[in-house]
Amino acid sequence: MRRFLPPALVVVALIGLWQVAARWDWIADALQIEPFLVPAPSDVADALWNDRALLADNAWVTIQEVLLGFALAAVCGFAFAVALHLSDLLRRAFYPLLLASQTVPVIAIAPILVVWLGFGIGPKLVIIALVCFFPITVNTLDGLRSVDPELPRMLRTLDASRAQTLRRVEVPSALPFLLSGAKIAAVVSVIGAVFGEWSGADQGLGHLILVAQGQVQTARVFAAVVVLSLIALALFGALTLLERRIAWWRPARPRTG
Amino acid sequence: MRRTAEAPAEEPRTVSGHDRPPDRATTVEVVGVGHAFGALAVIDRLDLGVGAGEVVGLVGPSGCGKSTLLELVAGLLEPDGGSVRVGGQGAAPERLARCAYMPQRDLLLPWLSAIDNAALGPRNRGASRADARRAAAPLFERFGLGGFERSRPSELSGGMRQRVAFLRTLLAGKPVLLLDEPFASLDAITRAEMQEWLAAAIAAQARSVLMVSHDVEEVLYLCDRVVVLSPRPARAVAELRAPAPRARPRDETVAATDFGAVRERALRALREGAR
Repeated sequence: MRRFLPPALVVVALIGLWQVAARWDWIADALQIEPFLVPAPSDVADALWNDRALLADNAWVTIQEVLLGFALAAVCGFAFAVALHLSDLLRRAFYPLLLASQTVPVIAIAPILVVWLGFGIGPKLVIIALVCFFPITVNTLDGLRSVDPELPRMLRTLDASRAQTLRRVEVPSALPFLLSGAKIAAVVSVIGAVFGEWSGADQGLGHLILVAQGQVQTARVFAAVVVLSLIALALFGALTLLERRIAWWRPARPRTG
Repeated sequence: MRRTAEAPAEEPRTVSGHDRPPDRATTVEVVGVGHAFGALAVIDRLDLGVGAGEVVGLVGPSGCGKSTLLELVAGLLEPDGGSVRVGGQGAAPERLARCAYMPQRDLLLPWLSAIDNAALGPRNRGASRADARRAAAPLFERFGLGGFERSRPSELSGGMRQRVAFLRTLLAGKPVLLLDEPFASLDAITRAEMQEWLAAAIAAQARSVLMVSHDVEEVLYLCDRVVVLSPRPARAVAELRAPAPRARPRDETVAATDFGAVRERALRALREGAR
């Protein structure tokens, strides 16, 4: 609990300052803050409460996109990393392309994906998967390649096949790396969902933000942003719990002689 | 009396399907082997033999190529020159199939329990987890690890981890055991205890053993025969018979006068080999 206290205090302090700046007329006037452009935190809280049904409906849509897109990226990223790990040729051929693919601005190709895949959930999944794929693949590959080289040799003297070495030693060793990559991916997955929805959607929190912006309902925009952040944090938290549960051996334990 | 290869003093006990008594198939023959890593020659025309059921020790200065020699025998490396045969077979896969190799570090997998670590060999050969554990369980009882089957390696002491690593090597079910400095990482007291433990464990097994150490006393206590190696590139500079039968109490053995005499000869050979 003590770990969460400092960030919580900072958040409370910042929100307090913001509230004061937006609500005290003389500060708002001095900074030329228009209430309809910069809602006070209390307005955002009101919007969160009053629009709760609207936010919940759209959040559900976005959560589905994020979870499915993230799962797609995790499965493909893991499989791709294993393939690159097993084949030198594949790794030499595809690793530079993998890096290059990260330089493609996803927001620019999102509209093209909508043209190709339509207005359904398809393009959103692809966009989310594209943003999540890279951190998962690169981290998993790093994990697979950083296995203590003596371990596969030992496994060979214990009659292990290549597949058994992969399953018993390399994948477990890479698991903490995979989860680190997945945590990074979890945080950016929500950004991918917003890009996807901006490029063509009739529901979801990204769509809600676009509509609310058009109507200058800034408090609702902020409320949607808060919900998006909470989704990302929840996914991150779930992965942290998973990490503690299945990759507990990474924290350096004191080795007692 | 020294026991001979043909007539093991102890009843050969079986661990995992090796119910044949040791025969010619368990012999290690190293003939004129040389090996280099790039320009660095580590082994120079080395001859070495391990008879069936025999325990042979290799001593030499640090970095003299002892570990490389074990890897050559195990089939993890191919020699640049000469021949290595195990059970009459020279091909690397055949050597791998006959040798169980215990590396210097215990290399226990931290995510597996002690018993699952020990049972990796049977698991790799297709045994179910339950069957592999059933094969390992009696050894845990017999070799002083009873009650620690489900412990994680991080919960075990250094000596216990080393025992689990040795059981893993035994359960590999190979006729030849290659032990690379099995106790180098342990403190002196644990080390002495483990030497006694290992002597008993080897005596209970019908295996040929080739073990490497930089500790003359350790190999003289544990082995039938000790080969002294020169500094890199390793050559055999002396060969000594151990003064006492194996698997006797350690203190009594190492305090005996004939033990001291052989130890001095071995140390002299080490020093002279270094010149």
